[in-house]
Amino acid sequence: MINRRNTLQKRSNLLKQVRAFFYARSVIEVDTPILSQAATPDVHLPSLNTQVQVPGNSEKQTYYLHTSPEYPMKRLLCEGSGDIFYLGKVFRDADLSPRHQIEFTMLEWYRIGFSMQDLIDEVIELVQVVMEQTMLIEKLSYQQAFAKYAQINDVFSASVEDYQACLTQNNIPQIIGVDKDDKDLWEQLVLTEVIEPHLGKDGLSVLYHFPAKDAALAQISVENPQVAERFELYVKGVELANGYHELADSDLYRQRFEASLKQREQLGLTQVPLDENLLTTLSNKTLPDCSGVALGIDRLFALQQNFENIQQGICFGIEEA
Amino acid sequence: MATYSTTDFKGGLKFLMDGQPCSIVENTQVRPGKGQAFNRVKYRNLVTGKMVENTFKAGEKVEAADVVETDLQYLYNDGEFWHFMDESSFEQYQAPESAVADVKKWLIEQDICTVTLFNGQPIAAVPPKQITLEVTDTDPGLKGDTAGTGGKPATLSTGAVVQVPLFVQIGEKVIVNTEKGEYVSRAK
Repeated sequence: MINRRNTLQKRSNLLKQVRAFFYARSVIEVDTPILSQAATPDVHLPSLNTQVQVPGNSEKQTYYLHTSPEYPMKRLLCEGSGDIFYLGKVFRDADLSPRHQIEFTMLEWYRIGFSMQDLIDEVIELVQVVMEQTMLIEKLSYQQAFAKYAQINDVFSASVEDYQACLTQNNIPQIIGVDKDDKDLWEQLVLTEVIEPHLGKDGLSVLYHFPAKDAALAQISVENPQVAERFELYVKGVELANGYHELADSDLYRQRFEASLKQREQLGLTQVPLDENLLTTLSNKTLPDCSGVALGIDRLFALQQNFENIQQGICFGIEEA
Repeated sequence: MATYSTTDFKGGLKFLMDGQPCSIVENTQVRPGKGQAFNRVKYRNLVTGKMVENTFKAGEKVEAADVVETDLQYLYNDGEFWHFMDESSFEQYQAPESAVADVKKWLIEQDICTVTLFNGQPIAAVPPKQITLEVTDTDPGLKGDTAGTGGKPATLSTGAVVQVPLFVQIGEKVIVNTEKGEYVSRAK
């Protein structure tokens, strides 16, 4: 029982540390809704949903549990909230592994006037505060990471054969179920199987300037239209945070959402209602120039405590909840 | 034919890979922040016993393998097949050499073995962990040596050869660990 209390105490300390970090920077905490009538259309983010009896409706309404607080936070930013953070639960269906839980704790924050690089530096600062050490820092563009760790010098002109040869050279077990001409997926496999294990091996690695096709809701770089102002942060090969210099144009939001819905249709996935409240707010008001990032708190705690499985650091995992 | 999707994957699941029955040892989901999910799977080929690793795209399907493990009594070897019997149904099974190659030297008539059946055919057998066999041949050795500091090879009644202490003599019975292929002690 002493061990249990000890772990709970350390986790509580971590949450306190994170909040103190933001209070000291005048970033305020917002507890945005978990339930929403809309869901993210991103094909790789399956939302949970539930039926809600809203008075005035004869039938129960479908509400989705958020996969991240991004949409309501962006509405708040449009409405003049200033710098904000969310620290709480989010839900992603079907994710369970030593690094995943279906219900998990996320920290997400937005900083007005911050460039991608400004925010990268702030994430690094926070991680070092929590890890209580000065860490070796490596910053690599997506293209540099492919050259350095996969010997693919120009990822933007590489072919499926280049990726397959790279997987073979690195003794990656045979991949099953990927189409020969699915270039994007072979590229993803080189990233996850070959490159990621090197990232943050001796400290902290930041990967930035992801290809424009993986922009999600990040701005496309002004200097290089091939890349997006998106970054990810890794410690010991574990992806800890994912951030963007945020897209502001409401028409681009709708375009990217609709492209995702189309992809859902092609893949035979369920359609989801788009967040019209967000789209309306973005077109009526202006999203201030800002950068935002989401960070997995359970992973950060697991790294701080050297846990093999994030479940060791949470009260109860999904299978015992 | 029943199929399993990657979402069904878990340790112990039996499936077919290139027509061969396999059993999952370890399954890890890999889901990058915003990308296609995969399953990293370690599994054992139940025919060859080899460990294999593959990465499956999430949503891929594999065929279920009709594999069961059952306790059968070893009867005899007719020179070509090793015969086993289900003690309750008296149903008999004949195992080819490939199924018992690693363990045939530990098979004693009437011992109960754990036999893996694939589509009703034996593909592997595990003998009891400890068995007692008679020493049929070994060097005489020194009678006075009881400390067991030295060792010598001894041939047992099934043809198996194990290292035994110097004091063990022809005609004595010894207990052997079949997993390690090692001498345990003299049998009373």
